[in-house]
Amino acid sequence: MAGPTRGFLGRRRERDPRLPPGQYDVGSDWPVLTAEPTPRIAPETWSISVDGRVENPTSWTWDDVHRLPPSEYRGDIHCVTTWSKFDTHFAGVSVDTLLEAARPTADAHFVMATSKTGYTTNLPLEDVTGGKAWVVWEFGGQPLPVEHGGPVRLLVPHLYFWKSAKWVTRLTLLQRDQQGFWEQNGYHDRGDPWREQRYQGD
Amino acid sequence: MTEPAAAPAGMGPRRLRAPAGGWRTATVREVDRPTPRTVRLRLEVPDRVTHLAGQHYVVRLTAEDGYRAQRSYSLASAPADPLVELLVERLEDGEVSGYLAEVVEPGDVLEVRGPIGGWFVWEGDEPALLVGGGTGVVPFVSMLRTARELGRTHLLRVAVSTRTLAELPYADELREAGALVVTTREASGIRPAGRLTAPDLVPLWEPGQTAYVCGSASFAEAASQLLVGMGVPAADVRVERFGPSGTSG
Repeated sequence: MAGPTRGFLGRRRERDPRLPPGQYDVGSDWPVLTAEPTPRIAPETWSISVDGRVENPTSWTWDDVHRLPPSEYRGDIHCVTTWSKFDTHFAGVSVDTLLEAARPTADAHFVMATSKTGYTTNLPLEDVTGGKAWVVWEFGGQPLPVEHGGPVRLLVPHLYFWKSAKWVTRLTLLQRDQQGFWEQNGYHDRGDPWREQRYQGD
Repeated sequence: MTEPAAAPAGMGPRRLRAPAGGWRTATVREVDRPTPRTVRLRLEVPDRVTHLAGQHYVVRLTAEDGYRAQRSYSLASAPADPLVELLVERLEDGEVSGYLAEVVEPGDVLEVRGPIGGWFVWEGDEPALLVGGGTGVVPFVSMLRTARELGRTHLLRVAVSTRTLAELPYADELREAGALVVTTREASGIRPAGRLTAPDLVPLWEPGQTAYVCGSASFAEAASQLLVGMGVPAADVRVERFGPSGTSG
């Protein structure tokens, strides 16, 4: 590893302990980074299904998910492009609730999340169970804006934010891992910000 | 139980395995400032993995006490260029871009990683419509240079938007390549100041093209919606957005 960069002082000297390595606090900003045109999805035409290695493949409409037990996340999010955003508040339903209904089979170990746009991202099943992942439609008490994945996105805040698929419409349980969109394009299969797992091989 | 069906067209699995490279210690060979807010760095990267037009590099800076900051920058150079060329926009309060714009001199060494990215790339063999805003033209400069080397400039159509001509990096190169240049804050020729419109893009569009859109979040959103509104299938539109914290921090 190379030594110090000549003349580089860096600006933020007091590291907030909530910041993973290589990240900085973006403040009240919330950058939009997506690789496709923003889709316009009417809530009444949106649905989410849980399928693949499950005993009971299940779909929920917009009205259906609102009848499930509500769940919320308060905390930080981290983007691989090096910004972190503190003290966010999202509301929706826990992925655990969806999985309880769909009942993953014993050989299900991974999840592929798919968006309305065709965007995909892969996750180990254990990263979306045990109160670590949500399907959310509110941010800060307001409807989730379309550019941030509204009406409904996946939220897996302990991993880099490309794992939190915008406009999510499907969770497919898999026996073996398959790579999603950014993962095929060189990004890490797990994406733990505390281990700086940005790219394949990190 | 059901196996996953094919993903919708567009962003599903692709055959392309884009080249990817690890960390290298690059030497800065050339530094200049083509516009008031940008700096162009040409780097010698030892043991370099050849990139595809549209890919980017990460630049990582390390302070004496070990503090590090890194940002991604698109490449402007063609793969055959012996040096790697980055065009960095100096952002207000930019921790990395400010250093690169003000401190870096020829002979300095920088830690870089790349190439990275396999979506916003042009492989040189398919027709493409390139729509760039401001410094969002950088990956398109790489594509145009690649096309020139391959003798395939006929495959590319280019439209760019800039506040003023003086603020557009690579303005001469883009115009020589036949790019439509729209200026939003000054009149240009017979054209009044104004944004890119569908009538600008319709004559450039042909079925079978992949459209590439690169620029600020607001430019990319507007331009990609313009294309979709013209009837370009959303699955044929690839978007690269940068913001205060994105690929050009």
